[in-house]
Amino acid sequence: MQAFEYANPSTLQEALSLLGNRWGEVDVLAGGTDLLPLMKDEIHTPRRVVNIKNVKELGGIQSTKAGLRIGAAVTLEELLQSALVRKTYPALADAARGIASPQIRNMGTVGGDLCQRPRCWYFRNGFGLLARDAGGQALVPGGENQYHAILGNSGPAYFVSASLLGPALIAYNATVKLASASGSRDVPVEKFFVTPQNDSSREIALLPNEIVTGIVIPSAVTRSATYEVRQRQALDWPLAAASVVLRMKGATVAGARVVLGHVAPTPWVSEEAAQALAGKAINEETATEAGKAALAGATPLSQNAYKVQLARVAVKRALLQAARGRA
Amino acid sequence: MNQPKEPGDPKRLRSGFSRRGFIRGVGIGSGALGGAVLHEEALAEPPAAAAGVAGPGAVSITLQVNGKPQALNVEPRVTLLDALRNHLNLTGAKKVCDRGTCGACTVIMAGKVVYACNVLAIDAQGKNIQTIESLSTGSRLHPVEAAFVRHDAQQCGYCTPGFVMAAKNFLDKNPNPTMQQIEHGLSGNLCRCGTYVGMRQAVLEASKAMKGGPRA
Repeated sequence: MQAFEYANPSTLQEALSLLGNRWGEVDVLAGGTDLLPLMKDEIHTPRRVVNIKNVKELGGIQSTKAGLRIGAAVTLEELLQSALVRKTYPALADAARGIASPQIRNMGTVGGDLCQRPRCWYFRNGFGLLARDAGGQALVPGGENQYHAILGNSGPAYFVSASLLGPALIAYNATVKLASASGSRDVPVEKFFVTPQNDSSREIALLPNEIVTGIVIPSAVTRSATYEVRQRQALDWPLAAASVVLRMKGATVAGARVVLGHVAPTPWVSEEAAQALAGKAINEETATEAGKAALAGATPLSQNAYKVQLARVAVKRALLQAARGRA
Repeated sequence: MNQPKEPGDPKRLRSGFSRRGFIRGVGIGSGALGGAVLHEEALAEPPAAAAGVAGPGAVSITLQVNGKPQALNVEPRVTLLDALRNHLNLTGAKKVCDRGTCGACTVIMAGKVVYACNVLAIDAQGKNIQTIESLSTGSRLHPVEAAFVRHDAQQCGYCTPGFVMAAKNFLDKNPNPTMQQIEHGLSGNLCRCGTYVGMRQAVLEASKAMKGGPRA
């Protein structure tokens, strides 16, 4: 890890004044569960690290008129322990519970989950976000791509979004609140994740001089769930995941949001699955069809066709779980 | 996960002391390495100077470790794990992956289990830090430690201190656990020898001993 100067602000305004205008100058430290490994591998080499754990404005979970507000520095364990979250937003609680490491849940934060860098091993080994060789040739399509994207992978990005909470937040139509020294702005979580077009840009809409301050999830009476398919039970990112939110009219679906995780460079909103479910009751057959519809456009790479079936099953099981209404 | 085959030289060269970076540097030649470092230096302009920042040189900090204040002088980049092991001579917490994925460095900070390799020492100030060294009193083992011995819950032993700390914290919060809760509660620690069966039995037994049952 390269040496850096450490700032420990206690107010948001002070924290914002410490940020840089270009990526690479300053990193924001919350839980550190992603940032410290990135710095040890010198994928990130900031001159300054700004600890935001002592900024009061970034904490807390509150019910507001606009919905549930979750502070960016709320830990994943605090999120999971919130009775309000577990009762009202089970898809979010499911995703937090899936982070199967008490140590990560105790330190990792909601804002950090959204801002964590991709797990792509080319990126983590210094080949850049778009993983190209010295001649500009993409390494992933002909390389070790078993954990890479099966949707939205026509280039230039092939990694999968690492965010565990993103799909659920998008399914709930949540908004992420960003602040800079010159003001604040709200971005739908769906628009927060972007496919980078070059190595110097990021996979999120955050600017270098901004901090994620919180999330707002609109209130709604819905059924929802997240289902993750994992290689093992402990300490790993899912191979595929699906978050679903259902608005029911009697026994049939009036509206559905189906968002897949870990299959594309961003969380993947499937309009196809939502359309397949419209006006139908949720049962084994309709849930299976929705899973098929969600993956109909999949374009697996040389080593990851297995993920297509895993993602179909994730959609099906998330739908069945949501329909059962398990809180 | 396994590392991929290396398909060629990376565009980005590391300037640190990693073995990988060293090998790459040698392979490419020191001239190319130096050039790349200069290029990076030019890109990353230092941000505007600010008051109230510490480092990058060594700074004085105080850590509350096993009930005692410990003063030390460390750079902000020093992790809690390195501070414990290299500065305070507390080598119970093990440095295995150093990337927050194995759990061998688990300590209890402010009542919660954390990976000491993923916490900056400077960030751990003002919090009670408990390490494996604090568990036994004299020759009297903590019930979790005693149960690990009785159930032969280790082979090479590298993961053991982290597992014991994770188990202790888990039992403090879940005095009557089911086997399923034990599995989920200890899911942040790995054992490459595969002694999970013995460890789960040990944790179950320790849960009874800690409630005043027969001590091992």
